[in-house]
Amino acid sequence: MKAADPKEIFQQEAQDLLVQLEQALLDLEHAPADGALIDTAFRALHTIKGSGSMFGFEAVAAFTHHVETAFDKVRQGAIAPNRELIMITLHARDHMRQLIENPEAADSSAGQAILAELQRIMEAGAAPVAATPAGPASYRVRIAFPRDVMATGTNPLLLLDELRGLGRATVAALTDDVPTLDVIDPTACHVGWEVMLSTAQPPTAIEDVFLFVRDEMTLEIEPIRDTTPETPLGEILSQRGDVTSQAVEAALHEQKRVGELLVEAGAVSPDKVNAALAEQQHLRRDGAPKPSANSSVRVPAERLGELMDQVGELVIAQSRLRQIATVSADQQVKSVAEEIERLVLELRDTTMSIRMVPIGALFGRFRRVVHDLSRDLGKEVALTMEGEETELDKTVIEQLNDPLVHLIRNAIDHGLEDPAGRAAAGKPQLGHIKLAARHAGMEVLISIQDDGRGMNRERIRARAEERGLLAKGAAVSDGELLQMIFQPGFSTAAQVTSLSGRGVGMDVVKRTIEGLRGAIDLQSTPGHGSEVTLRLPLTLAIIDGLLVRVGNGRYVLPLGAVEECVELSAQEDARSRGRSFLNIRGDLVPYLRLRELFACQTPADPYQKVVIVSSGDLKVGLVVDQVIGDHQTVIKSLSKLHADVEMLSGATILGDGAVALILDIPHLVEFGQVREENQRAAG
Amino acid sequence: MAKTILTVDDSASMRQMIRMTLAGAGYEVTEAIDGTQGLATARGKAFDMVLTDLNMPGMDGVSMIKEIRKLSTYTGVPIVLLTTESDAEKKAQAKTAGATGWITKPFQPEQLLSVTKKVLGQ
Repeated sequence: MKAADPKEIFQQEAQDLLVQLEQALLDLEHAPADGALIDTAFRALHTIKGSGSMFGFEAVAAFTHHVETAFDKVRQGAIAPNRELIMITLHARDHMRQLIENPEAADSSAGQAILAELQRIMEAGAAPVAATPAGPASYRVRIAFPRDVMATGTNPLLLLDELRGLGRATVAALTDDVPTLDVIDPTACHVGWEVMLSTAQPPTAIEDVFLFVRDEMTLEIEPIRDTTPETPLGEILSQRGDVTSQAVEAALHEQKRVGELLVEAGAVSPDKVNAALAEQQHLRRDGAPKPSANSSVRVPAERLGELMDQVGELVIAQSRLRQIATVSADQQVKSVAEEIERLVLELRDTTMSIRMVPIGALFGRFRRVVHDLSRDLGKEVALTMEGEETELDKTVIEQLNDPLVHLIRNAIDHGLEDPAGRAAAGKPQLGHIKLAARHAGMEVLISIQDDGRGMNRERIRARAEERGLLAKGAAVSDGELLQMIFQPGFSTAAQVTSLSGRGVGMDVVKRTIEGLRGAIDLQSTPGHGSEVTLRLPLTLAIIDGLLVRVGNGRYVLPLGAVEECVELSAQEDARSRGRSFLNIRGDLVPYLRLRELFACQTPADPYQKVVIVSSGDLKVGLVVDQVIGDHQTVIKSLSKLHADVEMLSGATILGDGAVALILDIPHLVEFGQVREENQRAAG
Repeated sequence: MAKTILTVDDSASMRQMIRMTLAGAGYEVTEAIDGTQGLATARGKAFDMVLTDLNMPGMDGVSMIKEIRKLSTYTGVPIVLLTTESDAEKKAQAKTAGATGWITKPFQPEQLLSVTKKVLGQ
């Protein structure tokens, strides 16, 4: 193993720090008083300066020194981190990145300009700011509303949400006073709450939440001081004044859990114990050590790739072994083969999980994209993200960057109206872009949603006809019409801006996603916005498949797409001849005869099977001669020569050394549905 | 769906200011010039929120709130008062009658917006 170049390590490390710096700066824009963010930014700058000079990046160190000095002043409270300062620091951060990645190409005069600007802002902003508030404090907030609170228009849940907005909150409901069902008044509020809140805001901010009901309700706000995550429940209860310390002592002599005992003894109600338990948990989470960066190891990506390849080969070798063991009479061989199969599957899962990374890191980069774009285009945009913890194969994530940037640009540039347009449409000035990721079966769905003007069908049609992509007046489904925007050379933007609207891109986006064996769904409501959903497979390398036989050839269907297998009775077959529909519990499912599709010459098996597969919301049946069983599949890509064969997505090697082709389900489903539509159109 | 707000005030300039602020933020605003008209409008349609002045000719704010709260469609609908500091007594009466919250006049458009968002939970 060759020793890594410390310079390279520094460059990698600096990348991480620059990302941290950027995130902290963007967050600071919304929370300028947050001391922790200022510290993060300062630390990142400090480390880059320090390490930079050690590893020969003198220019970086010298430049960063000035930025660090500025942030030191911010940290001391001498300068407020206003918008201007954040903006110039972001520029400085970009310059630092350039200095680190490609020192020769960096423009030193640009650096000088940034520093001069920084100097100017520092002098202008030298007015002292209010002392930054101390770190978050924990409060115990007891809430009891008057019974009729909901009838007079106050929704307690909204207030609890507002409370959650102040900081990290643990809410315990006090339900002791809820009457039994036969006497309950469903419009009255019988529940009280106890909220453990850790917030940097002063207690008056907590009171302000309850401004309108303050006079009628009971609200107690006490700081939680002396309890720590280790404080025993009994002690918390007695500190809270819910129970005497003698009662706790007495209870402790018994061997059951303190809470249960106190309740049984009638010393305290179950509600109070639950609230105290919630407090204990709240503090535990506060004190829980954050997962530290030191517990991870950096490994070059290509070594992971090698590992994955080798595991893939191992899976193939193992399936050969299984085949030998199945026909062998030797019990010992059989048991070893089983053991190895189990281990190989575990090894495969572990190796795949190493390659899985949360998509949050990728999403994080888009905050800057949105920030810069909203400024350049003069549109106010709020970006919300969901499902950042969703994991996806690292190679997939890397290739998603460009398509997602393009889609986000499109959403902001074309989707969102300008402020005047939004006002005219009666929408709030602030436009929303939502980026979400979630798992769905064997797929990961990533969606980009905007609340803009939506796609204009007429313009898409006009453009497609003008470009000769669509015959004039041809009837197409709404979905097909929207998909036109993915055609090469398509662009409907009335004005070409520097950001989008050149008509390059959407087709590239589609190609990239299809290259990842994924698909793109489009939804758009005129006036209300659009949603683009990318459907991606969890991993690129290995899938669980269903092995089937058609004629002499064997084929693999991704198991995640298989819904069920049914027999195609001769009767049913005869009835639907020419129409090829199968009645599955009342649903008409079109089916494709793979024998016909693949032009098999051998005689068909007397009992044909239908494998029902799905893609998105659509289903289609595939008629095969035999269903062989499940099969671990390492995907080998097809040669360039076969790249145009749309119904196949790859190939795999079977245990006996033969090649089996992997069917491309989305394309087959699409093919089946198109045929169904044609048949319907034909009557 | 845009949230609908009924604003009841006898001052035209006040109504105009409320309309501009709330409509600009995407709410759908309906105006009424006094309690009688306000109550009639509220009877005809269930609004998401009612914003009312207290001192008005004819039926005043407190009586209107009492009547509105009798309507089954207005259980749980926030009713916000526009009141002055000196109106403490009326404010208390209105609260008893079923008002949800209040905004003290004079107020800035931002205050109106933040209270609206608060009671509508946005």
